[in-house]
Amino acid sequence: MVRINGNDIEHMEGKSIAEYLKEAGYDVKRVAVERNGVIVPKKSYEEVVITEADTIEVVSFVGGG
Amino acid sequence: MVTKVELEEAMDKRFTKEIYKKFKNARVCIAGLGGLGSNIAIMLARSGIGTLKLIDFDVVDITNLNRQAYRICHIGIEKTKALKEMVEEINPYIKVEVCQEKVTEYNIEEIFKGEAYVCEAFDNPEYKALLVNYLLERQPETVVVSGSGMAGIGNSNAICTKKKMNRLYVCGDGESDAYKGMGLLAPRVSICAGHQANVLLQLITQGDCSLG
Repeated sequence: MVRINGNDIEHMEGKSIAEYLKEAGYDVKRVAVERNGVIVPKKSYEEVVITEADTIEVVSFVGGG
Repeated sequence: MVTKVELEEAMDKRFTKEIYKKFKNARVCIAGLGGLGSNIAIMLARSGIGTLKLIDFDVVDITNLNRQAYRICHIGIEKTKALKEMVEEINPYIKVEVCQEKVTEYNIEEIFKGEAYVCEAFDNPEYKALLVNYLLERQPETVVVSGSGMAGIGNSNAICTKKKMNRLYVCGDGESDAYKGMGLLAPRVSICAGHQANVLLQLITQGDCSLG
């Protein structure tokens, strides 16, 4: 079980951040991702693998300012 | 001309002097001087924040007048210059630094180096993400207050402040994107700007932010 944006989600372990973002429909260019309280660098999305008990926060920015 | 002492004495005395001292010693960097950034700068200036760094590459356009702080007399003038003028009309003793540049991966380090508080107030979501990622990845001392989701005339109460990450506060409803058929208007943009400005005042005085 992992926690993503406050929701417990199953069967996510083993996926990379990049895979999760794609599956969830995020536009990678518009997001910032934090894993267990630490920002995940954009260039590491392919390598960082989600593991059991991870807490992940994805912020997806929308236009307007 | 109104003197510095007169202006300082005219601040709401129901607050302690210590709070104003903290505001006066504080420095805030505002990235993007559109509907969010221009209004944030003016609110922080009225509150007595001592130093503002204003960043934008653009000039004032007639289409900005529906939500940004500028006036007809500013059309065609650099936003940094117009906003500096307006801030100085409110309080000429605030130090205003300007940076009339487009933020890119090439100049980002130089522009934001050493900034403790950065207000992300860009229009384009990809630039928002670029700035936020850079600051969180590369500047461990910087706290970022970002705006996301304030288009349209939807529910005002949906606009809120959330601490999304360790050093990232996001203000807005998180979803009202600006697109064809759904533009930006003064009320919701100003509400969001107010959220961002108030997060900064809380951070400056308390070191953190009260959210309920």
